Amino acid sequence: MAINWFKYSSPASFYSLAGKLIPIFSIVALILFVVGLYISFFVAPTDFQQSEAYRIIFIHVPAAWMSMFLYLIMAGWAAIGLAFNTRLSSMIATAIAPTGAMFTFLALWTGALWGKPMWGAWWVWDARLTSELILFFLYIGFMALQAAIDDPRRADKAGAVLALVGVVNIPIIYFSVKWWNTLHQGATVSLTESPKMASIMLTGMLIMSIACWMYSIAMVLIRTRTIILERERHTVWVSELHKETT
Amino acid sequence: MAWASLSDFLSMGGYGFYVWGSFLVFLICLVGEVVLVLNRRRTLLKQLSLTHKATKNEKNNETTT
Repeated sequence: MAINWFKYSSPASFYSLAGKLIPIFSIVALILFVVGLYISFFVAPTDFQQSEAYRIIFIHVPAAWMSMFLYLIMAGWAAIGLAFNTRLSSMIATAIAPTGAMFTFLALWTGALWGKPMWGAWWVWDARLTSELILFFLYIGFMALQAAIDDPRRADKAGAVLALVGVVNIPIIYFSVKWWNTLHQGATVSLTESPKMASIMLTGMLIMSIACWMYSIAMVLIRTRTIILERERHTVWVSELHKETT
Repeated sequence: MAWASLSDFLSMGGYGFYVWGSFLVFLICLVGEVVLVLNRRRTLLKQLSLTHKATKNEKNNETTT
């Protein structure tokens, strides 16, 4: 039984598949957010150093992780769309950008609100913060570049090149705390070393991260379906789809 | 982690402004993004149904005359 890998690469079949997946990811995200927030405020204890301000970690770290992770996924889909000229791949890349930009903004915002009481400054030109800000501009640049080009296929190509050029920024962000003497703390969570965080705090943070991940998948699927409808409005299957709804 | 009272919870150890400032903006961004994308989808579907009706009427007019 040969698996037909390309079954869902056609916008029409992907449209119905995504339609079935969205509710699943949305509900999982909602449940995990509720559990995560409950742990963040009612289970995780007070920190001996930062008392209650540390609770910002429960959204700052997930947002930062998602900002980097979503950029890599976006660049991946953009590369596939560029290499194989598959328009659905480029649509997914286009659909990821806004959610990625939002998480980057949230990482910067929550970081600033955490930095003010702890470092005494809303912003410092620190390697980690500056490279994250560059990531934010990359997302905005990607969206602006695609919006500036009328023909969607050419916009996809241009966006893909920009996304791929920007990929080098992700390891810079991640390792900035190791390479340079940054004010921002080093990597607290690593897959190899033993955890440096209290387990309940780590659990809460991981639950919030998975919640953000599920949320992002649901959002990207919804936006991809919208982009499919926008770009395929002249096709037969969209007008047929339309007969049922009206 | 039992909070003594609601006001204790809201003060968040004196860091209330920063913690709630972060969590509120986080909530606003996520909910806002959901509303925006669903809105974008609804207006698009409305547009599609209008263009669909227009083409249908054109077809009827052609056949009747």
